[in-house]
Amino acid sequence: MSDADWPGTAGADTAVADTGLAIETVGLTKRFGRQTVVNEVDLRVPRGAVYGFLGPNGSGKTTTIRMLLGLAGATSGRVRVLGEDMPSRLQQVLPRVGALVEGPAFYPFLSGAANLHRLDTADRFAFGRTRRTRVAEALDRVGLSHAATKKVHAYSLGMKQRLGLANALLMPRDLLVLDEPTNGLDPQGTREVRNLVRSLAAGGATVFVSSHLLAEIEQVCTHAAVMSAGSLVASGTLDELRRVGQAFVRLQTPDVDIARGVLLRLGLAPTAAGDPGHPLADDAGPADTYTVSAPLVDRRVTAEGIVASLVAANVRVRGFVVEEASLEDRFVALTGEGFDVVQ
Amino acid sequence: MSSSEERLAAPVRNGSFGWALLASELAVLFRRRRTIAMLLALALIPILIAVAVRLSSSEVSAGQGPPFLDRITQNGLFVGITALVVAIPLFLPLTIGVAAGDTIAGEAGLGTLRYLLVAPAGRVRLLLVKFAGAAAFCLAATLTVAITGAVIGAILFPIGPVTLLSGDTISVVDSIGRSVLIALYVTVSLLGLSAIGLFISTLTSVPVGAMAATIVVAVTSQILDVLPQLEWLHPWLFSHYWLGFADILRQPILWDSFSDNALLQGGYMVVFGALAYGRFATKDILS
Repeated sequence: MSDADWPGTAGADTAVADTGLAIETVGLTKRFGRQTVVNEVDLRVPRGAVYGFLGPNGSGKTTTIRMLLGLAGATSGRVRVLGEDMPSRLQQVLPRVGALVEGPAFYPFLSGAANLHRLDTADRFAFGRTRRTRVAEALDRVGLSHAATKKVHAYSLGMKQRLGLANALLMPRDLLVLDEPTNGLDPQGTREVRNLVRSLAAGGATVFVSSHLLAEIEQVCTHAAVMSAGSLVASGTLDELRRVGQAFVRLQTPDVDIARGVLLRLGLAPTAAGDPGHPLADDAGPADTYTVSAPLVDRRVTAEGIVASLVAANVRVRGFVVEEASLEDRFVALTGEGFDVVQ
Repeated sequence: MSSSEERLAAPVRNGSFGWALLASELAVLFRRRRTIAMLLALALIPILIAVAVRLSSSEVSAGQGPPFLDRITQNGLFVGITALVVAIPLFLPLTIGVAAGDTIAGEAGLGTLRYLLVAPAGRVRLLLVKFAGAAAFCLAATLTVAITGAVIGAILFPIGPVTLLSGDTISVVDSIGRSVLIALYVTVSLLGLSAIGLFISTLTSVPVGAMAATIVVAVTSQILDVLPQLEWLHPWLFSHYWLGFADILRQPILWDSFSDNALLQGGYMVVFGALAYGRFATKDILS
């Protein structure tokens, strides 16, 4: 991946003489025994981005996040977070980072507020005098004020997840690392998390959010990277990722053979000759309408150019659409489908 | 983001160590039901001893039962000391094993360890705070036995000047001072075991395993200490001076056993503290 992949990285923090990246890894590798869990991962997360970190369960996302946060050491490779080397500058970096790692974890015998209070004392930069206010604000922000004095063992999974988010928000942060933040949340809660991520990004923070469900974060991300079996298989802005995918033109016409000829002349490869096309089952139009589709390989061929050529050749165009590959298709193509966890 | 930049301009604002974590550790430890239950169980030891001696009609003669038991009926102040002697071989190591074995492994088991570390608590700082918490529990445990003993003794038996092992007699106030000294001696005695427990606790994320292992170590050390074939080893066993506080009951006090014990426990703290650091400083936190 070259720098050219990153046009106009959000250089929000020009005063700091660094690469303008919130997270940068070079050749990051983690082995447990003979098993390589994370393999030569080069991540470049620009400041101000909402960065989706995608991959199926067991693809090495959480291990990568553990290395970013200094919880686990890398077997080889380099990590920089907020322009500083990790883990050597961990004490300076981590107060600026809010994190949710592999699900929430709390003392079940303490209340929600007491748990946040406890974890806040661990941060030497966190002001003791404002602790009570900050805990209350963080609880309010995730909608847990009503359960602040309830013991955590009585919390539902969704409430624990919210409390985990509140913990990440106890201090103003420059970077938030959220590992599967929507896990265990109902659709309403998922939407709230998305809104929260948006508001954090609007406040200038970089948000690095991992998920095995693309749909959950597709709407909020500006960038994404896809992990599969420990390797980074794609990364870039969402538009870049979509563009790599295959687009299709779909044409509805009774004049199948002429249309095929025109498409072939334009350098497209329509569905094989002799195939009568597929009558549209749910078509409200005339019964003699067929669908011809062709992958749009050459991006220089424009939609209006195709339609003009078709009309010029007297093809009765009853419907025409260019279908961009969905990110979902791209994601599935990269990581495989089904429940098989790649080893 | 300006607020966070201001925050970073002042490197450390509330003290260089961040005492709030220690305060929080102590609060969490002593508010926990398990800790309170253990202290209550320890408090039962002097109560059981005192009630049993009070209710039994037969006179306890010297040399019967645990040391000092025969003196209880003459002076209630000996209940606390007798209870400590009874608690030292098993009950105190048991509770210290639970408290020290839980230090790191308990946090790892709950998963809160990763959140403490990304806060960031700092690994060395967390170890120091955890050891301080375990040491505070040692003090609380011995004081619980000693104070409950003194109170129940004062209720059930006469109280008066205490005759020491050297034959001298000291006043009630003086004898309370001696009791406190004995409690401190026992607390110091348990610090070596606490350091061992802290080290074992860094090895696992299963707290029960760390607790059991620490208790097994305590029992093993005492067994080795009574095998005459291993006499060369005895001065090096952390349990060797556990019952050696008789010198505090002499006039003047002989400090030799106190300082020998403190030196030995200090050695164990240094060695096992270093081992815990070596293990924990670079450990991958995967729980």
